[in-house]
Amino acid sequence: MSGYELTHLRTLESEAIHLIREVAAERERPVLLFSGGKDSIVLLHLAHKAFRPAGVPFPVMHVDTGHNFPEVIAFRDRRVGELGVELVVASVQDSIDRGRVVEETGPRASRNRLQTTTLLDAIADHGFDAAFGGARRDEERARAKERMLSFRDEHGQWDPKAQRPELWSLYNGRIHRGEHVRVFPLSNWTELDVWRYIAVEALEVPSIYFAHDRQVFSRDGMLYALSPYVELIDGEEPFATSVRYRTVGDMSCTGAVRSTAATLETVVAEIAATRITERGETRADDRVSEAAMEDRKREGYF
Amino acid sequence: MTTTAGTNGSRSDLLGDTHDDLLRLATAGSVDDGKSTLIGRLLFDSKAIFADQLEAIEAVSRRRGDGYVDLALLTDGLRAEREQGITIDVAYRFFATPKRAFIIADTPGHERYTRNMVTGASTSDLSIVLVDARKGVLEQSRRHAYIASLLGIPHLVVCVNKMDLVDWSETTFNAIEEDFRSFAARLDVPDVTFIPMSALRGDNVVERSARMPWYEGPPLLYHLEHVHVAADRNLDDARFPVQYAIRPRDAAHGDYRGYAGQVAGGVLRPGDDVVVLPAGTSTRIAAIDGPDGDVAEAFPPMSVTLRLADELDVSRGDVIAAAGNRPAVASALEAHVCWMADAPLREGDRYLLKHTTRTVRARVADVRHRIDINGAQHESACGELGLNDIGRVALTLSAPVMADPYKRNRTTGSFILVDETTNETVGAGMIVEASGRERSPDVVWDAGALTRERRWSSLGVRGATVWFTGLPASGKSTIAAAVEARLVAAGVPAYRIDGDNLRHGLSGDLGFGAEARAENVRRAAEAARMLADSGTVALVSLVSPYEADRERARSIHAGDGLPFLEVFVDTPADECERRDPKGLYARARAGEITGFTGVDDPYERPDAADVVIASDSVEAAVAKVLAELAL
Repeated sequence: MSGYELTHLRTLESEAIHLIREVAAERERPVLLFSGGKDSIVLLHLAHKAFRPAGVPFPVMHVDTGHNFPEVIAFRDRRVGELGVELVVASVQDSIDRGRVVEETGPRASRNRLQTTTLLDAIADHGFDAAFGGARRDEERARAKERMLSFRDEHGQWDPKAQRPELWSLYNGRIHRGEHVRVFPLSNWTELDVWRYIAVEALEVPSIYFAHDRQVFSRDGMLYALSPYVELIDGEEPFATSVRYRTVGDMSCTGAVRSTAATLETVVAEIAATRITERGETRADDRVSEAAMEDRKREGYF
Repeated sequence: MTTTAGTNGSRSDLLGDTHDDLLRLATAGSVDDGKSTLIGRLLFDSKAIFADQLEAIEAVSRRRGDGYVDLALLTDGLRAEREQGITIDVAYRFFATPKRAFIIADTPGHERYTRNMVTGASTSDLSIVLVDARKGVLEQSRRHAYIASLLGIPHLVVCVNKMDLVDWSETTFNAIEEDFRSFAARLDVPDVTFIPMSALRGDNVVERSARMPWYEGPPLLYHLEHVHVAADRNLDDARFPVQYAIRPRDAAHGDYRGYAGQVAGGVLRPGDDVVVLPAGTSTRIAAIDGPDGDVAEAFPPMSVTLRLADELDVSRGDVIAAAGNRPAVASALEAHVCWMADAPLREGDRYLLKHTTRTVRARVADVRHRIDINGAQHESACGELGLNDIGRVALTLSAPVMADPYKRNRTTGSFILVDETTNETVGAGMIVEASGRERSPDVVWDAGALTRERRWSSLGVRGATVWFTGLPASGKSTIAAAVEARLVAAGVPAYRIDGDNLRHGLSGDLGFGAEARAENVRRAAEAARMLADSGTVALVSLVSPYEADRERARSIHAGDGLPFLEVFVDTPADECERRDPKGLYARARAGEITGFTGVDDPYERPDAADVVIASDSVEAAVAKVLAELAL
């Protein structure tokens, strides 16, 4: 490349920073959804870059299912401490205790879907009017359709057929009271872009992204971690093997992949070579139906 | 245990920031054109389709008994789209080769979804138009090419598809190319490339076709990898819309003041002389902070933070530009607008206009014409634009925007219109002409050394303009003169600009047609602005029958940060005619004068005047005006 050209990673970085600043300037109470997963790590890092040397001018929020990997929770707390940002934890357990949602039962029970209520309640309780998320368009085809700045009505719902046209880099984040916007600065990043960026920026990620020995069991073609949050079905036998996680979510619905990739180099090589999408390989929640994500998104999911 | 990415040791090319760049391209069309097959082919051959995605769509295709794998299922992400078998909204697809990363904005081809096509095209560097070799250049292909041209996409690739169905015929291909070129000559696309292909069979998509040896050009992917797009950005005119002021609160950065934004044009370097608009204050760039620290230069589309040599009042919505090369500080815009709402755009409508980082109010002064995008840009007169129409519109603004023509800069030349009630984005605008007080780039506003604040505080004055509008003989001049007398008696400098008096001097060359009247209003407004700026209360009494002209007068003042008060002297028409001190109504009735407001020319009543004077006495009217003026 000759002069005055940006690499595609730096172009994506600039686009994301621009959007983060737009929302911070135009909305009164934004919040950044931070799970400790790789996408939200990149997102928080971009927010940090967007305002430095000043601090990130909004809090971060974690919707905690109570079924998270302990390594990830520890990482989350350390990272927000380093950046000096305020952490809000919205707890699914609280929503259950308050009777806002009813816990699923049985061996396939998951708190994944319950998160939507916890998230929307927290947005309303704190008066947040914009929520940054790390979702990417390459993850899933309903997400491929979503705007970078996406309107949510007073019920937190997404109407895919009535999206505001999003032209040039002119984002329309205007809302009425009680409504909010979801903001996806990583919309145009791929999984590989995220990993390459983590490498370039030398970002720390939770250890479960790298190969480690773990007690797992096989279900529906996926490997799940043995944990207090999952009941085994007859015939399911736990065994130890070397695995790593491609996505970080609830232990009850996030699958591990067999891997010996213990370094960033080998993880990136593995991602570059894989023939299966990250959600297809590791997320039970997307396997419900052809439009599982579209349906959950309509309800207000991340 | 956590692991940090090491910075030492060797790294494969996959890791890190290799020298690939990004190309954004837009495709438009429907399944029939082979658009989905083409995209599917690009994604599949570049290994961007994953096994589980393919499995899923194979299963659906089998269940529906399609008899083939419908690659459209991959791109049509919404339930409604899959059910109806059409693309409704833009979907974004990603693939990469070692040379480049690509973002495909996959947009619907049907006219009904023009707004979604415009959305996808707005950010694209390159546009792919599909032509079915059997059918030749259809209306739809022309429309897609026209929209690409209007949106300023500099590179157009015409994929002449389904060549397998015309026996790979060179003659057919040449005829289509010739036909398309004769049409494209009227478009504004500098680079048009034609590629014969069969997306279904993979000929000339990723791999070169052996079946068309007569074609000497590269296959599509090679072209996409090598087309030069970096030069399309404007690197000449330094433009930096300020997004966000950064002022750290901690002691370590106590005096840090930075202005964050994304470079919209030109190359910025520390030491450059710049001007902050609309204020017009001059300073120098002290330093530029990039995402990773100081940088020696910043260019589009970098997001950076500028530090300036002087402490100035700079805030979001301001534009930092090269001192010797400024955008127009525009209070009126001529633009092509793509209308995106069900309710039509009409003359007189008001919207919010977002331009770079600045949001102002806009009023539709005129809908000039609608463009027939199916034909070859025929223009037809019309009073409104409907959903998916594109037309030329004149807008007046409540406050100025720092604008360039869209052809010169896609960032400082574009805007969106937002409905203030529903908050919907209702229109996309591409500026043709931006006019403000700086009409020529060669005429530079001389701000002078004395600021308005200093002048006003030294003289103990505050300037403003009071604009009296109403029918002839409604009493405007009488009330204005009474206000003037009262202010001057109180030691407040005030000066009256009377419509009739104006026509003896400054506007002595003007007649009474609509255009001449608009010009007369403009001159009065500009003269009043100067008086107000000097610290005088300018009292304009002018029939000024057209809303658009009054709106413009208001925006001339708003653009300069000066108070503007619109006073509507609402005397009933029959009462005015009865008074008729100059006998003009009588002459108009007799047909001796034409175009007389209130007789054979309309008076557009203000619907948002600051003061309305109905049947008040002169004394009461003066009190009302003075109260509102609150000096």
